[in-house]
Amino acid sequence: MINPDLCDLTISVLHNKIKNREIKFSDIIFSVIKRVKSEDQKINGYISIFEEDAINQAVDLDKTIKNFEQLKPLSGIPIAVKDNICVKDKLTTCGSKILANFISPYDATAVAKLKVAGAIIIGKTNLDEFAMGSSTETSYFGPTSNPIDNRYVPGGSSGGSAAVVKYSGAIGALGSDTGGSVRHPAAFCGVAGLKPTYGRVSRYGLVAFASSLDCVGALGKTAEDTAIIFNAIAGYDEMDATTINTPVKNISVDSNAIKKYTIGIPKEVFAEGLDGRIAKVIEDTINNLRKRCRNVKEVSLPNTKYAVATYYLICMAEASSNLARYDGVKYGLRVSSSELKDLYAQTRDEGFNTEVKRRILIGTYGLSKGYYDEYYGTAQKVRNLIKQDFDQAFKDCDVIITPTTPVLPFKLGEQISDPLAMYLGDIFTTPANLAGITAISVPAPLTIDNFPVGIQITGPALGEEQILNTAKAIEEINE
Amino acid sequence: MNSKYEVIIGLEVHVQLKTRTKLFCACPAEFGGQPNTNICPICSGLPGVLPTMNQHAVDLAIKAGLALNCQISEKSSFARKHYFYPDLPKGYQITQYKEPLAINGFVEIDGLKISIRRIHLEEDSGKSIHSPTESLIDFNRCGVPLIEIVTEPEIRSPDQAVKYLQTLRQIMRYLDVSDCEMEKAHFRCEPNISLRPIGQKQFGVRTELKNLNSLNSVHQALEFEINRQSKILDTGGVIVQETLFWDEQNRVAGTMRGKEESEDYRYFPEPDLPVLVLNRENIDNIKNTLPLLPWQRKKILKEKYNLSENIVNIILETKEFADYFVETIKLCDDAKLVANWLVTEVKAVLNDKSISINEFNIIPKELANLLNLLRAQKITGTVAKEIFTDMVLTNKTATEIVNEKGLFLSNDDSLLIKSIDEVLTENADIVAKYKSGKTSVISFLIGAVLQKTHGKLTPQKIKDKILEKL
Repeated sequence: MINPDLCDLTISVLHNKIKNREIKFSDIIFSVIKRVKSEDQKINGYISIFEEDAINQAVDLDKTIKNFEQLKPLSGIPIAVKDNICVKDKLTTCGSKILANFISPYDATAVAKLKVAGAIIIGKTNLDEFAMGSSTETSYFGPTSNPIDNRYVPGGSSGGSAAVVKYSGAIGALGSDTGGSVRHPAAFCGVAGLKPTYGRVSRYGLVAFASSLDCVGALGKTAEDTAIIFNAIAGYDEMDATTINTPVKNISVDSNAIKKYTIGIPKEVFAEGLDGRIAKVIEDTINNLRKRCRNVKEVSLPNTKYAVATYYLICMAEASSNLARYDGVKYGLRVSSSELKDLYAQTRDEGFNTEVKRRILIGTYGLSKGYYDEYYGTAQKVRNLIKQDFDQAFKDCDVIITPTTPVLPFKLGEQISDPLAMYLGDIFTTPANLAGITAISVPAPLTIDNFPVGIQITGPALGEEQILNTAKAIEEINE
Repeated sequence: MNSKYEVIIGLEVHVQLKTRTKLFCACPAEFGGQPNTNICPICSGLPGVLPTMNQHAVDLAIKAGLALNCQISEKSSFARKHYFYPDLPKGYQITQYKEPLAINGFVEIDGLKISIRRIHLEEDSGKSIHSPTESLIDFNRCGVPLIEIVTEPEIRSPDQAVKYLQTLRQIMRYLDVSDCEMEKAHFRCEPNISLRPIGQKQFGVRTELKNLNSLNSVHQALEFEINRQSKILDTGGVIVQETLFWDEQNRVAGTMRGKEESEDYRYFPEPDLPVLVLNRENIDNIKNTLPLLPWQRKKILKEKYNLSENIVNIILETKEFADYFVETIKLCDDAKLVANWLVTEVKAVLNDKSISINEFNIIPKELANLLNLLRAQKITGTVAKEIFTDMVLTNKTATEIVNEKGLFLSNDDSLLIKSIDEVLTENADIVAKYKSGKTSVISFLIGAVLQKTHGKLTPQKIKDKILEKL
């Protein structure tokens, strides 16, 4: 008999149940698939689902498993993968018409590592086209809804991954975070979303949006679940020359460690544009943490006010370059024409949505002769200043706490025609990407009108353990 | 050529590096193969792939930079150069822009230094194959490593340009950095050219030439362009800055694209590749293992062996030929003899068979062996050449052939005397002529005796005996 609620459990609980032979691998898969079937029509979290493959793998595991003492950390755990991360022989659409028929011939390194750790890839999740957006409304495969209230957006761009984790259509998920795309939807959906240090997880097989900012991240029900996924995917990869070549320590999350931490609160955070209710929740949470941590201290990140402008100049410039390859010649959509120029123009016009085209055009402009120094060049300089702000701040604290987003989830369609408002939603998340450091979003102990509030904990480069420990302490506040 | 103008030529040369694999992936870099067989997700630009650096390509580029007297940059970086073309699968080429691998070098030709502005590493594109009804793309060449070598505009004539290219190609081959076969596009040249009235300091408007597939084309296209520009300037016209496409068959250059269509490549630093940091030690190691370059070897050959400029130039044409010479003189201590044989007999066989010295079937040791027999006067020059021909045909050694055919010089006077007697009898009329004072006919008699004795006797010995008899 299948336990119908197995899918609502965390990775570590399921792992122990398997280990103790309370359940079978296939029980987990059947539970998850049942949930997907009942929920995903409303939510549209998945672009593709590998039901048969997943069941076969779980049944095989049940048949072949011998040593229950030496289970791999993710053995039999169904993990969803954002559809801009390549899974061998599966569609990898990036939520775009231009790649709607593209089947990847290879596994992304993060996916290959998940498989090695025993995970079962259950499906590919919806996203803003090419991960460009904060609402998961711009996908060619339709918008994803927030499982908390279907009329609301799940955030983005990894909205599909956050949503399926929220409704238990997967136990965990991979997302990508270029300017907050893991943390933002995690905040909106009330799950945990970890953006690792730039270069700690290989980008090989993550379809590039803005190469100097892109990160593969993990989503889970708890900080600990994201840590388990992170442990599996982190590490140097010879296929990605930007990965960090230092050994990876297996993180086991321990909230008691925060007694040694000084928590930094940037004074610039409680500024105009931040929803007062969110500010209140954050303050309450920090007050709760005071009892457990060593110290809470005000820090300053004076240049983060330029983060959104800097971020958008850089990411659009890099996007204009990275998306040049979708030309209708080799793969993906082709709108045929007798003239080569028309083939390019028509393919790209039909293949990309408005937001993607906007970013390609602005990015192209920013790299053009005569404008490069003014835009891309200046943005790189400011980026350095933001990085220095963090270097300075982390001399005085171990982690920095801010809200993840300045606003609560909004309704589908409400902001789609106001790109600037949408961009400003990234005010708290983009600095970590620009500085190449690590950050996590976990739900605050209190909700506002049933909606979760995302708390972001930022750490220095390779400070994943610190932020995960702090995140767990926040999760424990209500317990 | 119009002498009112000074010709200003700058050359950009692309040299394909001789690596086993491509610049950013593990695909074979070899030429040919069925279209689209030497490709992978990385070099064909699939979504999600990243480049990783081929260290061997970097080392070869350093080697080239050092041999061209460049300063090697301890820090250099890569950039993306954007343009849309079907055989460029990523929509950009990874190249070096602001910080090239090597700068400020020179090449010496005929005592003149041509300055090298920069050398940078980059990836090649694929190949488009057009037919009237369709266009096909072969991605095999995508990602093959190239270095681009750019001169200052210091070349003053088509002859000089060709001389520079020959020298550059020779150096690259000596270094084993590239095979430099132009027909395989290992070595591609794109000149830019302008004219200015003699005495004027300011440069004129320049044009660029593309599609030059041989040194001949380079020369012809430059001549063509000098004439074209001179005529325009003569009539008070203005040169338009443009890229010209050389039409090999009709020997004309036509407009490919003008300045107004010139592209903005939107260069920006390649975020997928870290800055290329070269440590001094590695550069010095490469420096210490550089082979002797042609000009260095030339000095040695001329000074140590007293060989003529002309012969030295032929010997040094390729490193392999020069190495063959060196190997041979190690075993046959007569450099002049060896040099003469190489540039005449050996070269003739190579030309005749259209093969390189590497494919030549007589190894240095065997050639030395043959020449040593000659030096010891065990065989005559004529016989040596006969034996050489046999060696080429049969793969046998000189000693084997000599033994089989009994070709060693004979000390047997009886054979000589018998032969001379016969010749003198058979040619009584010639003997009479000689005796009447026409002494030059003796060479005919010597020849006849040589023929009878199959070259076993030296002409001098025969001559002495005949004179004795007469």
